[in-house]
Amino acid sequence: MYEFDYTRPSSVADAAKARGDDSSYLAGGMTLLPTLKQRLARPDKLVDLSGLAELKGISVAGGTLTIGAMTCHADVANSADVKKAIPALAVLASGIGDPQVRNRGTIGGSIANADPSADYPAAVVALNATIHTNKRQLAGEQFFKGLFETALEPGEIVVKVSFPIPKRAGYCKFPNPASRYAVVGVMVADTASGVRVGVTGAGPCAFRAKDMEAALAKNFSADAIANVAMPAKGLNTDLHATAEYRAHLVGVMAKRAIAAALG
Amino acid sequence: MAKVSITVNGKPQSAEVEPRTLLVEFLRYKLNLTGTHVGCDTSQCGACTVHLDGKPVKSCTMLAVQAEGRNVTTIEGVATGDQLHPVQAAFRECHGLQCGFCTPGMVMSALGIIERHKGGAIDEKTVRHELEGNICRCTGYQGIVNAVLLAAKNMGLKVA
Repeated sequence: MYEFDYTRPSSVADAAKARGDDSSYLAGGMTLLPTLKQRLARPDKLVDLSGLAELKGISVAGGTLTIGAMTCHADVANSADVKKAIPALAVLASGIGDPQVRNRGTIGGSIANADPSADYPAAVVALNATIHTNKRQLAGEQFFKGLFETALEPGEIVVKVSFPIPKRAGYCKFPNPASRYAVVGVMVADTASGVRVGVTGAGPCAFRAKDMEAALAKNFSADAIANVAMPAKGLNTDLHATAEYRAHLVGVMAKRAIAAALG
Repeated sequence: MAKVSITVNGKPQSAEVEPRTLLVEFLRYKLNLTGTHVGCDTSQCGACTVHLDGKPVKSCTMLAVQAEGRNVTTIEGVATGDQLHPVQAAFRECHGLQCGFCTPGMVMSALGIIERHKGGAIDEKTVRHELEGNICRCTGYQGIVNAVLLAAKNMGLKVA
């Protein structure tokens, strides 16, 4: 790693102030620290968000589940509130990385990083979540803009993510056998605003599969999407899978997610 | 440089470190606690697993300064004097190691698994799933899985 300064502020306002043009926020560090170790980034300062009490905790109120940005995956996976309100979200969190990673990695870090293969983006899109930052609120669907690119402005901090509780939802991914990242992951949610299908791993960033949503709105069953093809155009090709294979996996994972939602 | 104070295996420890010093470097080079190993150095193999406030984490993917004021337990803090911890004893009993390089991390992860299921039941599938963060290149895992199940049983868990 190159040298850097380190600070751990105790309020969001101080954190925003502490950040300079070339510094980075540090959440759980599960992506940032490996990136620094490989010298793929050279921030002059890390602003550690772990001292911010406002970014912690899980609560349910008025049909909404709210998760603080610095809540680690293990806490989401094991939370009685999450298991009761949105069990699919607990399932999703329990499949990220491995136990050690789940004890450090955070929901805020995951979505701010916007890795195309991260799990949480599928839920943010499918559940129509709201991202609360220190400056504004962003609709989940508008949050992811491209490969490792979000609507966040430089210096903006994700404070919490709120998920409207759906009638039912399911998540299924085809994990990379080594890293457990989603080669493709699909969340299917039957929500107050209709059926929504969030796809991660397949494209540059999470997106909705609207043809599947239309079919599921009429008939919420795996059979309903049997003939709904996902076009391979624009999907990712890398050493793990071709765009065509990913397109195929979207259908397979969606069917399993529907089965889980109906389970 | 930054001053860092961490309680390691119950003992308060302080040192001046660079902010980029990893927790595992602090443990190995500042405290000479060389039981915590660096295998892959890319947060995959789990040989560097220690407990942070009782929970397994990979110390190669954490800065020492991030552990400021926290409690860290390493493999050196597991036994009581010459008395092996039941998890260590089970690894010996079940041949849960060959070269031994991954073993400190395996034991720390096994302790985490048993802690998470304390007072309940555990089966082989769960053990295998929860050992996903640790890689062994010798054993084929069978002895390790057997060791975790034996330790769980000896520590009062129901083994299905």
